[in-house]
Amino acid sequence: MTATVERPTEAKEIGRERRRKEDQRLITGRTRWTDNITLPGMLHMAMVRSPFAHAKITSIDTGAAAQATNVVAVLTGADLAETQGACINAWAITTDQVTPAHPPLPADRVTFAGEIVAVVVARSAAEARDAAELVDVSYDELPAALDLKEAAEATADNGGVLAHPDLGTNKSALWQFDSEQAGTGGSVDEAIDKARSEGIVIEREYRQQRLIPAFMEPRSVVVDPTGEQITMWSATQIPHILRFALAATTGVPESKIRVIAPDVGGGFGGKLQQTPEEMIAFAVARRLGKPVKYTETRSESLMSGHHGRDQWQTLTLAATKDGTVTGLKVDLLADLGSYVALVGGGVPVLGAFMFNAIYKFPAYQFNCQTVFTNKTWTDAYRGAGRPEATYAIERLMNELAAEVGMDPLEVREKNWIRHEEFPFTTVAGLEYDSGNYEAATARAKELFGYDELRAEQKRRRDSGDPVQLGIGVSTFTEMCGLAPSRVLGSLNYGAGGWEHASVRMLATGKVEVITGASAHGQGHETAFSQIVADRLGVAFEDVEILHGDTQISHKGLDTYGSRSLVVGGEAVVRAADKVIEKARPIAAHLLEASVDDLEFSGGRFSVKGTDQGMAIGEIATAVFAAHNLPDGVEPSIDSEATYDPVNFNFPHGTHLCAMEVDTETGALKMRKYVCVDDIGNIVNPLIVSGQVHGGLVQGIAQALWEEAVYDDSGTLVSGSFVDYLLPTAADTISFDIDHTTSPATTNSLGTKGVGEAGTIASTPAVVNAVVDAVRHLGINDIQMPCTPERVWKAINGAGGGGTADTEGAAMPHFDQAEPGQDSTEGAGQ
Amino acid sequence: MTRISLTVDGASVSDDVEPRMLLVQYLRERLGKTGTVIGCDTSNCGACTVHLNGTSVKSCNVLAVQADGAEVTTIEGLASDGRLHPVQEAFRECHGLQCGFCTPGMIMQSVALLQENPKPSEEEIRLGLEGNLCRCTGYHNIVRAVQHASGQGEEVTA
Repeated sequence: MTATVERPTEAKEIGRERRRKEDQRLITGRTRWTDNITLPGMLHMAMVRSPFAHAKITSIDTGAAAQATNVVAVLTGADLAETQGACINAWAITTDQVTPAHPPLPADRVTFAGEIVAVVVARSAAEARDAAELVDVSYDELPAALDLKEAAEATADNGGVLAHPDLGTNKSALWQFDSEQAGTGGSVDEAIDKARSEGIVIEREYRQQRLIPAFMEPRSVVVDPTGEQITMWSATQIPHILRFALAATTGVPESKIRVIAPDVGGGFGGKLQQTPEEMIAFAVARRLGKPVKYTETRSESLMSGHHGRDQWQTLTLAATKDGTVTGLKVDLLADLGSYVALVGGGVPVLGAFMFNAIYKFPAYQFNCQTVFTNKTWTDAYRGAGRPEATYAIERLMNELAAEVGMDPLEVREKNWIRHEEFPFTTVAGLEYDSGNYEAATARAKELFGYDELRAEQKRRRDSGDPVQLGIGVSTFTEMCGLAPSRVLGSLNYGAGGWEHASVRMLATGKVEVITGASAHGQGHETAFSQIVADRLGVAFEDVEILHGDTQISHKGLDTYGSRSLVVGGEAVVRAADKVIEKARPIAAHLLEASVDDLEFSGGRFSVKGTDQGMAIGEIATAVFAAHNLPDGVEPSIDSEATYDPVNFNFPHGTHLCAMEVDTETGALKMRKYVCVDDIGNIVNPLIVSGQVHGGLVQGIAQALWEEAVYDDSGTLVSGSFVDYLLPTAADTISFDIDHTTSPATTNSLGTKGVGEAGTIASTPAVVNAVVDAVRHLGINDIQMPCTPERVWKAINGAGGGGTADTEGAAMPHFDQAEPGQDSTEGAGQ
Repeated sequence: MTRISLTVDGASVSDDVEPRMLLVQYLRERLGKTGTVIGCDTSNCGACTVHLNGTSVKSCNVLAVQADGAEVTTIEGLASDGRLHPVQEAFRECHGLQCGFCTPGMIMQSVALLQENPKPSEEEIRLGLEGNLCRCTGYHNIVRAVQHASGQGEEVTA
């Protein structure tokens, strides 16, 4: 048997705009979404959900539903009891964190509107849903804790409303960092006191509104209990963590559970969860012995999939009169919703190290109180803690610039870490390995036409133009590449942060690469193929990337926190390098040369000074035959590596946004958006551009459009795509993006994460632009999302600043008292 | 149950369906045309867009019985003779997709848009795709893809 392996060309794959391997099936509809899976005898589930934010379940009458056509079972929390397992929290942020039990299907009490109280199983999805309407649940409604600030103050003694009355408090955990105590800086209180007497103190309160990840593929789960293993297909980002959680909470041995994440239609953190729906499907399939499927509706997704953000941020920045920062104090209230989700209170803690950002603060303190309310649980959403931190500091730096009368870029430059100061240990205790804020900013200003736009802004201001121009700045950094296991351990996180890869050299010269990072749109198949093609010198087309199935990829920690390339990719590099080292003595043997005389280049071992050589694929074939191997050498050059990162990874960039604000109507128009991100070396510029564009729009959407709104009884008002405002193509513009390059020093490829960068950076750039457009009118804040209504109210002195709430219900479209109007006419206005 | 007969991606099919069954459910559940997907329940997202007698429709907004006698084209019937439709090729070329869930609807809507307006401006493309939501791409490269398919794109180098 011979395999023909062409010697690859010298053209390097890394850096090429390879078109994506995964696209062919996606553009032709040859997809395997979980909801596409149909198994023989498969049953369908529909959920009965609570309409109340907080209530006791007094009785559930399942009789009528059970009698409905083709219904197989109607099950409640009492029926499933402990077979349902539990939803876990992997990160108790303090040792005394208050963590209520989270049964997937509670038997006695519901804690948010949308929580599941019963499940109907039928032969078709339609029949299950019809019968779910027949389940009669009686509730005793309880007072619901809804307002975050009020919830934080409530106790059993002061008559406040408690999300979990038995806990006696809504407070879950208080997480603190103080630079003086940590030995990483001075006393923040001293810095603030000094600034009060002889410097500048900026005090602000910012709202991080609640957002919904709103991935396009609704969550779906199929469980097949037939066969030796129980197989779960789920639209999840975390098949490995999910398998662990299933085993740990149900008692089913981990080795008897196989979790597959097939094609997954986006996640953005929203599918970084162990969901009640998955647990219920697992329990029901086991109980009935038949495959079951559950696919949520969009309304269910928005109501019960975890939400993101939702913080109040109280911020105090101290500076000298010349604009040099001297201290930063951060007090956060973070809304957990009614349970501590998988990462839960850890999300704001991920921001704890990022409020100081790229600036040389001598003193820093961070205090975060996590709080329960009777709302949907919160957890990771793109950026997870870091967008909140970046928003706060980038807004504050603009406030400081305004206070001292400097250009916002100048005040940043005065305070940022200069490129020659890397590596730099920050006041939060992190070591930034590389960066060049000067270079990224210079390039961004050039692309943006910064000086020209400032001149136009001045012209419009001087002429009293009703349409004012605002220029927003965000010079962000973030920590990503989650994460060094030791650091996670020191933070009390329940798992590590390593990633696993293996490389299988097939007899035909093809290469299978297995990664524990499970893609859901990022393009791992393409980027990882490029890396392996370069490393092993094989053709890009000959590399197959396998992932997302715990039986194939037996070991992994999945995809989130911009970790796939910088952690998972490094594991792939190391596994590939081991292949070469295992192949080396075999090549020497086959070439009848000394190992020392061999060199490996372009996929080929050659004997120095001769034209003799063998391609790695030829060696793979020889190893498969195993007819002629050195004594004592196993017939395999397959290799694996588990990589634990030594540090986080610190992409940075300068984002500039120009917004036009119509001061007469409050209407906003994005004029230009430029970003120059330094994400180290780039594997595939095309994929990177996509990550940046998509990230930008999610961050811009927080600034301008998106908010999960509840009414005063705790019902999610923005519970459909009619009400939750995802931007469309018509709402957005084309972006100007570019890159500067400071290679990361902590991984072989010099790469940095890019998945979250756009989202982290763009929100403050946009809001800074909006505020900049109207600052001369005496406005220094507009609460997100900056709707035209809020902008108009701010301009007209009617609020719209720090505390204006979004209306909890739609305003009437016409005045019912006025004769001669009808709703159709009014609605169009 | 009502008997319907129609042509889907060039094949004649006939089934008894409940009057309430949506066209998208019929495509997915009866015909196994799972390339067409469901992204919402309010006809906002457009992921289920197909062509009904040559016009783009959101197939969650059409009853299966309304398609009786019609010709339906889904993402699975767009390529012909093993060759991608130019719009499919443009989405790949311009990286107009990431997770790919909105992509079938986005491509079908783009095809319809270009049928009506073969040389749209950027603004016309953005307005023409307003009924299709994407959460991954920020629309930037989707717009590029439609421009590319219309022969207006910049030269892209691999």
